Amino acid sequence: MKQTARIISTYSADVMGVCSALFELGGMTVMHDASGCNSTYTTHDEPRWYDMDSMVYISGISEMEAIMGDDEKLISDIVDAAEKLKPAFIAIAGTPIPTMTGFDFEAVAAVIEQRTGIPSFGFPTTGMNTYIHGASMALAGIAERFVDEPDADDTGNGTLQMSPRQIMSVVDSCCRKPNGITVNILGLTPLDFSINGQDDSIVQWLENEGFEVVSKWAMGSSLDEIGNSAKADVNLVVSAAGLGAAKVLYERFGMPYAIGVPIGNELPGLLADQIIINVRKFREMDASATEKAPFEAREIGVDSGLFLDGSCSSSVSANCSSSVSTNYSRNVSTYEEGFAAVIGEGVFSLSLASSIEMECGIPAKVLCATECPEGILRECDRLTPDEDDIIPELEGAAYVIADPLYKPIVPESAKFIPLPSEAFSGRLYRDDIPNLIEDFDQLSDQLADQLSDQISGFGQI
Amino acid sequence: MLKKVNEKQNTRLSADEIPHVRIADANFPAPFRSGLEYSSPARGTWNIVHTGMLIPEAHEIFVCAAGCLRGVVLTAAEMGAQDRFSTVAVRENNLLDGDMEDLVIEGVTDIINKLPKRPPAVLVYTSCVHHFTGVDLDMIYATLRSRFPDIDFTDCYMNPIMRKSGLTPDQLMRSRLYMLLHEREKDPNAVAIIGNDLPTDEDSDLMRVLKGAGLKVHEITSCKNYAEYQEMAESSVYMSYNPDAAPGGDMLAERLGGTHYALRFSFDYDEIDGTFAGLAGALGIEPRGKEEIASLRAECEKELAETKKLIGDTPVSIDYTFCPRPLGLARLLLDHGINVTKVYVDGIPGADRPAFDSLRKDHPELLLYPTVHPGMRFARTANVSEDDTARKVRMLAIGQKAAAFEETDHFVNVVEGGGMTGYEAVTRTCRLMREAFLEKKEMRELVQVKGLGCEICVR
Repeated sequence: MKQTARIISTYSADVMGVCSALFELGGMTVMHDASGCNSTYTTHDEPRWYDMDSMVYISGISEMEAIMGDDEKLISDIVDAAEKLKPAFIAIAGTPIPTMTGFDFEAVAAVIEQRTGIPSFGFPTTGMNTYIHGASMALAGIAERFVDEPDADDTGNGTLQMSPRQIMSVVDSCCRKPNGITVNILGLTPLDFSINGQDDSIVQWLENEGFEVVSKWAMGSSLDEIGNSAKADVNLVVSAAGLGAAKVLYERFGMPYAIGVPIGNELPGLLADQIIINVRKFREMDASATEKAPFEAREIGVDSGLFLDGSCSSSVSANCSSSVSTNYSRNVSTYEEGFAAVIGEGVFSLSLASSIEMECGIPAKVLCATECPEGILRECDRLTPDEDDIIPELEGAAYVIADPLYKPIVPESAKFIPLPSEAFSGRLYRDDIPNLIEDFDQLSDQLADQLSDQISGFGQI
Repeated sequence: MLKKVNEKQNTRLSADEIPHVRIADANFPAPFRSGLEYSSPARGTWNIVHTGMLIPEAHEIFVCAAGCLRGVVLTAAEMGAQDRFSTVAVRENNLLDGDMEDLVIEGVTDIINKLPKRPPAVLVYTSCVHHFTGVDLDMIYATLRSRFPDIDFTDCYMNPIMRKSGLTPDQLMRSRLYMLLHEREKDPNAVAIIGNDLPTDEDSDLMRVLKGAGLKVHEITSCKNYAEYQEMAESSVYMSYNPDAAPGGDMLAERLGGTHYALRFSFDYDEIDGTFAGLAGALGIEPRGKEEIASLRAECEKELAETKKLIGDTPVSIDYTFCPRPLGLARLLLDHGINVTKVYVDGIPGADRPAFDSLRKDHPELLLYPTVHPGMRFARTANVSEDDTARKVRMLAIGQKAAAFEETDHFVNVVEGGGMTGYEAVTRTCRLMREAFLEKKEMRELVQVKGLGCEICVR
């Protein structure tokens, strides 16, 4: 039955996604909730809670306040706290009760902003969607309010002017020359990337490829740095949580975006090449265009078939196993012989699945349990929000790569490769979360070991 | 130390700016205005998942929105009890379609049918949204009982919005623990301790009195299986010493017969004697004699003197998660020369009123600190930055929240009274204080573990 889970966990919810996305930006985030959301978020969803002094609170709404529609209590509590603590912004995020009472997030945020003079947001989360929904909403809000127009001095299509010193710094820090392209990374939260250095590894990869990183949304960048994002040439969306901001930045500044996580040994280079090629192409197109291109036309990545064979053919993206890299030395598996199922967030899982196909020769399909906008997943991939959606999709799987809390529903016939995710199991397996941007081989070796076992097993027969 | 999120924002508060009030100036029972709430990283107190798991072999099914499910499902996972835990997610369409009853009934049915083994009992937890949509819970449970006559169902609640109306969620949960007991013949020699999460100390005054009287003592924390749990119903006297268990005790006595005696958890010698004399009356046994009481008091005085001698003027802080009577403890320690400087408490328990009043008079400079006030976000930094590093022990904390706010590794790691009762609560607390003074603990790791001692539920 849909909506039931006999034994698996549940993903972090939209309200927590708002908190996670805004955590490092110096604001004050208030979950409009009776109790429980705050301890859940700070225990299971926020690995930075103990060490960073971010202001995340709950409103502590009571039965009478909900019934009487006493919004003034919330407003005055927030105003009171904000006057003392002086946050850079205020965000209110919703839970089931405000959803039921028809709480007007936008209006209340406007009142608070008027009283405090502090930019305020009302995010109408419900506590019934996953963190992706909330984080995307929050980052889009930041893109609307805090990203400044690029200075007139900035050249071209938002290209950041680098000083000679900056250029030398980039050259020194990497083996490739600066390519003159500047990037924002969108959709970085510990829920998808933990606190094990994956965010830094993405930055390092970009710098090694000759890019300059302007901002990281939202791990490791201040609100001021994020405010400079319009100076970048392109946005790299590393989780579906970044898509909302990508869309706003496109609408405001015409910025293109790439989707993908640099996982593996081949995919990162292909992704970098695609970004360079397309950014240059867009520059040329923009120079001669009379009309603004649509948002979708500014996407670099999945639709271009990048994750499958590095070509720009959109036709191959529909078939999971047809375009595995031909230079791979092993026999390419087919679905009939078993496949790898990757369960998790859409963009991360798709990048991982693509690398598995390219480098291990194993067809891989994504079972995306969180929200993922249309057009990102392939035809063979599935949106599987519930336990009963996932179980039939695992039939015939030779490998299942997923958070350990999925293991009880994985068929015994499949090899289970644990890939913990903060968004699913919280802090439970935090120490075991790999940095796949840095080291894909450990995971691919597990697949390879199994593959060679199978091959030798067949030989014995 | 806390890392500053935004170096440009001057949001940190100095020690003076951290919210606090002299007890002489504090209001009863709410010394601090309610407002936005902060969540301390200290997690040792139990929640409704842990408490429900005390019923051996029972299966928990939570029906609520994903955001509410998140904390409870991971509580179960962290305690290694995910095989006894399932969920039904409420989504927006359920609110709009008015099919909440169907969702609960069919969801619970679906889960039970998928379980590898039929549980003897199922705890179905509904939530705030059910309360606000006027869901017919009676019909839901009647339907489930008729579908699964071999399973005992009980209604449990995760509706924190009701925490200020009627019974608190904690009181409700403790009362639900015993709703599954079936009526059976009473054994006049059997008694039950009810409503506590942690096992009662074998050395506690309560256990010594009960065992000394030759009574058969039931306690949910020691039941190994569901059949053993059912044996609790033979008890002729039910005793509680957690104040939040008292309403459940009254309900239980009314439903199954027998009597309920609410023992008062206290650090006041006269109150201890009074409550144990009342217990003796309820049990029909001889109360403790003057000689025994004098000996118990002498033991307490010895422990308190030894503690004072060891820790000297080291500042001591106490928080409300340590025991139900933090001000009573503060009073006892201050009266014995121990330098209690802070008590972390958001509201003052009614039973602590006498201690509150006497502290206001005799120790007016004692400071009360909240734990959920928004400014407490910055307390850890403010406390650490005090120039007090020369001391061997900067602060001795009693309780996890005090330890976290004070950023001290010298702390007593006990929650909810830790199974202590009577004079033994005094002597054991003293011993734990000395131990904490002499030996550091890994505070950061220890306080973040949910449900201290909850491993007893996994069976």
